[in-house]
Amino acid sequence: MLTTIVFLPIAAAILVLIAGRDARVARAIAVIAVIAELALTGILFASFDRQAAGFQFVERAPWIPAFDINYHLGVDGLNAPLVLLNGILGVAAVLVSWRITHRAREYFAWLLVLQSAVFGVFVSLDLILFFVFWELELIPMFLLISIWGTGRREYSAMKFLLYTLFGSAFMFAAIIVLYFSFPAGERTFDITALASRDLSALLIPTALVFGGFLVAFAVKLPLFPVHTWLPDAHTDAPTAVSVMLAGVLLKMGGYGLIRINAGLFPNEMARFALPIAVLAVIGVLYGAFIVMRQSDLKRMVAYSSVSHMGYVGLGLASLGASGAALTPVGLQGAALQLFTHGTITGLLFVAVGLIYERAHTRHIPDMGGLMGRVPLIGIGFMLAGLASLGLPSTSGFIAEILVFLGTFPVFGWITGAAAFGVVLAAGYILWAAQRTLFGPRPARWDHLRDASAVDVAAMAVLIVPILAVGLYPRLLTDVFSVGLVPIISRFG
Amino acid sequence: MNFSLIWPEVLIAALGFIILTVDLVLPRSQERRRNVVTGSIAAAGMLAILVFSIFYLRGRVGVLGADLYLADRFALAFKFMFLGAGIAVVLMSIEYVGSRIRHPGEYYALLVFSVLGAVLLAGAGDLLVAYISLELLSFSLYILVAMSRGDRRSAEASTKYILLGALSSALMLYGISMLYGPSGTTSFRGLAGFLFYNFSPTVAVGFALFVAGLGFKLSVVPFHLWAPDVYEGAPTPVTAHISVLSKAAAFALALRFFIEAGSPTHERWALALAVLAALTMAVGTLTALPQRNIKRLMAYSSIAQVGFVLMGIVANTPLATDAVLLHLAGYAFTNLAAFMAIIALEHRTGNEEIAGFAGLAARAPFAAMVLSAALFSLAGLPFFAGFVTKFYLFTATADAGYIWLVVVAVLGSLISLYYYIMVMKQMYMGTAADGKPLAVSRLTFATLLLLFAGIVAIGIYPAPFAEALESATAVFAPFAGR
Repeated sequence: MLTTIVFLPIAAAILVLIAGRDARVARAIAVIAVIAELALTGILFASFDRQAAGFQFVERAPWIPAFDINYHLGVDGLNAPLVLLNGILGVAAVLVSWRITHRAREYFAWLLVLQSAVFGVFVSLDLILFFVFWELELIPMFLLISIWGTGRREYSAMKFLLYTLFGSAFMFAAIIVLYFSFPAGERTFDITALASRDLSALLIPTALVFGGFLVAFAVKLPLFPVHTWLPDAHTDAPTAVSVMLAGVLLKMGGYGLIRINAGLFPNEMARFALPIAVLAVIGVLYGAFIVMRQSDLKRMVAYSSVSHMGYVGLGLASLGASGAALTPVGLQGAALQLFTHGTITGLLFVAVGLIYERAHTRHIPDMGGLMGRVPLIGIGFMLAGLASLGLPSTSGFIAEILVFLGTFPVFGWITGAAAFGVVLAAGYILWAAQRTLFGPRPARWDHLRDASAVDVAAMAVLIVPILAVGLYPRLLTDVFSVGLVPIISRFG
Repeated sequence: MNFSLIWPEVLIAALGFIILTVDLVLPRSQERRRNVVTGSIAAAGMLAILVFSIFYLRGRVGVLGADLYLADRFALAFKFMFLGAGIAVVLMSIEYVGSRIRHPGEYYALLVFSVLGAVLLAGAGDLLVAYISLELLSFSLYILVAMSRGDRRSAEASTKYILLGALSSALMLYGISMLYGPSGTTSFRGLAGFLFYNFSPTVAVGFALFVAGLGFKLSVVPFHLWAPDVYEGAPTPVTAHISVLSKAAAFALALRFFIEAGSPTHERWALALAVLAALTMAVGTLTALPQRNIKRLMAYSSIAQVGFVLMGIVANTPLATDAVLLHLAGYAFTNLAAFMAIIALEHRTGNEEIAGFAGLAARAPFAAMVLSAALFSLAGLPFFAGFVTKFYLFTATADAGYIWLVVVAVLGSLISLYYYIMVMKQMYMGTAADGKPLAVSRLTFATLLLLFAGIVAIGIYPAPFAEALESATAVFAPFAGR
C-alpha cells in the first residue's frame, strides 16, 4: 500500500516522459495519477486504526544489508494525516497547472516526482531512506522553479538549493554520528529502534546531534533566522510549485522536528524549548510585520507562511514544560497546524496564482474591485484568508487555539506575544483583500474571466478539508493524538 | 603451470591481432567501412570473451607460477568490469572515430590491448608482472591519446603523457629493485612477511617509490599534473577510457599490493596514504571549481574520485575493500555514461566548453538527462550509484577510525555538487544559439540507456552488486590484520 503510494507518481512520471509528447496527454496522465493518489491516501487514512498505537501498514525489506539499512515504511497518527495532505495538494497542484504548455511533458513529470519524494519523506522509518527522499525532492524543486518560474527564478532556485543542502549536510552528519555511536552489531538507522534507545552518550555531545537535525528542519520549516530563502522561492515559483512548497515541503521540516528532534531526543528538546519558542515567536511577529508592507501578492502570502510556521515551532516548544503543564495540547496544535496551513496556504496560492494568470501582475496597488469580475476566485481567496487569520469554523482556528492553549501555561508572555500575530494576520489579510477584491475597479480589469471549472475544482479540493476540519476537528485530532502520545510520554 | 586458467587473456590478445589483420586486408580507400568493421569486431569479440569467461571461469580459480599470476575471483570481477567498460568505450568510439581519427584498425586494436593490460594487472601477484602489465596498458594509451586527427592538443597531450609516464615507470622500477634487493622476492605475498620484519630505510624508500609510480598512474596529488592536459587533448572516447579503465586497473593493483604485501605493515604507511588521499580530494575538488572545459572538469573530478577510493585502501578493512570495488563499479557506469553523453553532445556541436552546453536539454533531452544523472551520481546524490557507493566508502572509512578523512570527503562532495550543477544549469537553463534538435543515433541511445540503468540500479538496490563483489574480495580474507 505505502510502496504504491510512494512510487505511483514516479511511475506516472516515467509514463508522462514516454507518452506525453502532446501536452494534453501529459496532463491527462498526471491528473489520473494524482486522483488515484488522492483515492489511495484517502483509503489509507480511512482505514487507519485510530485506536492502535504504533505503526501501521508497515513494510520492511533489507535494502543495504551491509549497514543494516532497510526499506522501512509505516504510518502512525503523526504522518497519516500528512500523507493525506500530500494526496490532496497533489491534485490541487496538477489542476492549477492546467494551462501549462511550455515543456509540459517535463513539467508534469517533475511535479509527480516531487510528490513521490514528499510521500517518501513522510513514510520512511529508516534515517537513510528518509534522507534519500529528503534529497530527492531537491532536484524537481530546483528545476521547476528555475525553468517554469518567473522573475529572478534562477537566483531563487539556487538559493533554495543551497539553503537546503546546507541544512541537509548537518542532518547527514548527525545521522552518521548516531549510527557510529553504538558498538558494531547494535548500530542502526531505524527511527523506531532509535526512539527507544538511550541517546544521552554519543560520539559527540547529544546536543550537537540534535542541533544537526534542528538546522536541517529549521531551514525547511522555516524558522527565523533561516527563513530568507522562502519568500524568494515562493515568489518566483510557478503557482503549482508554490502550492506544493507551502503545502507539503515546509511540512517536511515540521514533521522532522516532531518525529526526530522530539521523538528521538526528548531531553534536548526540553532543554532547548525556550530558545526554539523565542525564535518561533520572532518568526511569527517578524513575518507578520513584513507581510504588512508587501506590495506583491505572492510575496505577501510567502511571508505569512513564515509567520504561520512559527506557530509550529511554538507548539513544539511546549514540550519544554514540566509537571502538570506538560500536556499534548501544544504539540497537537503544532501537528494540526502543519495540516491546516498546508491546505489554507495552498488555497491562498491557488487563488493568487489564478489572479496573476489573468491580470499578469501581482502588484497589489494596481488591483481593486476584482470581486465583481472574478467572484469565484474572490470567494476562494476570502475563504483562505479568513481561515488563515483563524476564523472559528475553519481549520486555522482550531490549530492556533490549540497551540496557544498548550503553550500559555508554559511560556506565559511569550505565548501572549505570539497571539498578537493573530491580530496582525487579521489586519494584513483583510487589508489585502480590501485592496485587491473590493473598492473601485480600474477599467483595465473589466475583461478578466472568472475561474474555469478546473480552477474551481482545484480550489474545492482544498476548501473541503479546511471546512471539514474546522467544523469537526476530531477528524484529525484523534489521529494525531494516537501518534503523539508515544512521543510525549517520553517527556517530563 | 595451468595455462587453461588464462584462456580469456589469450583470447583478448588474439582479438587484438585479428583486428590488426582485418584492417590490413580491407582496402585503404574505404575508411568508413574499415571503421565499422574493425569496431564491430572489437565490440563483438570482447562481448563474446565476456560471455565465454562467465561460463568458462565459473569455479576455475588458481595461481600460475609462484604467485606470478593469480586467476582468482578478485581478478575475475575486474575482468568483467574491464571487458564491459571496453565494450562501452568501443561503442562510444564508432561514431567519433569515423570523422576524427585516421587509423581505425590500430585504434581498436590498441583499445583491446589496453584492456588486456588492465586484465593482466588485476591478476598480477608479483611486482614484475604488475610492471609489465602496467606498461602494456600505458603504452597503448600513449598512442591512443595521440590519435586525434588534426588536433595539436592531442599530440601535445601524448608527449606530456609519455614523458611523465616514463618518469613514473622509472620510479616504480627503481622502487621494485630496492624492494627486491634486500628481500630477494618480487611476489606480493613474499614481500608481506619481509616488510614486517625488515622495514629498513632502504625498503621504505623502495616502497615509497613504488607507491609514487603507482600514484602517477592513479593521478594522486601531487602526481596528478598530467591528467587535465591529457584528458583535454585526447580523443574524448580515449579520455573516457583513461578515466575509467586505467584508473580501475591501477586500483586493482593498488588494492592487491597494499592488502597482500602491505597489510602487516599497515600502520607504517596508512597515515601517509591518508594524507595523500585528503590532498587528492581537496585539490581535485577545489581546482575543478574554475574549469570551463568539460573534459578538464571531468579530469579534476576524477582526481577527486581517486581521493575517495584511496580512503578505502587506507582503511584496509574487508568492508572498505568491498566499498572500493563497489565504488569503482558504480564509478565505471557513471563516468562512462557521462562521457557517452558528453561525446553525443560535444561531437555534434564541436564545442567542449561548458558554456557550449547551453540549452542542450531542449536539443537532446535524453543525452542531457543521462549526463545530469551521471553528474548527480558523481556528486553523490541519492537515487544514483554515487550516493550508495560513497556511503559504503565513507562509512567503512569511518568505521576503521579515519573520521577526519571522512569529514574532508563529505566537504569535498558538497563542494563538488556546485560545479556539477553548473553544467546542468547550462544545459537546462541556458539558451542555445541554434535551437535545432540534435539527433542521437540508436546505438548511442541504447548504450546511454544501459549505462543509465546501471547507475540507477546500483543507486536504488545495491545489494546484489555488493554481494557479488563481496565474494570477490573474500580472496583477501587470509591476510594479516583483517
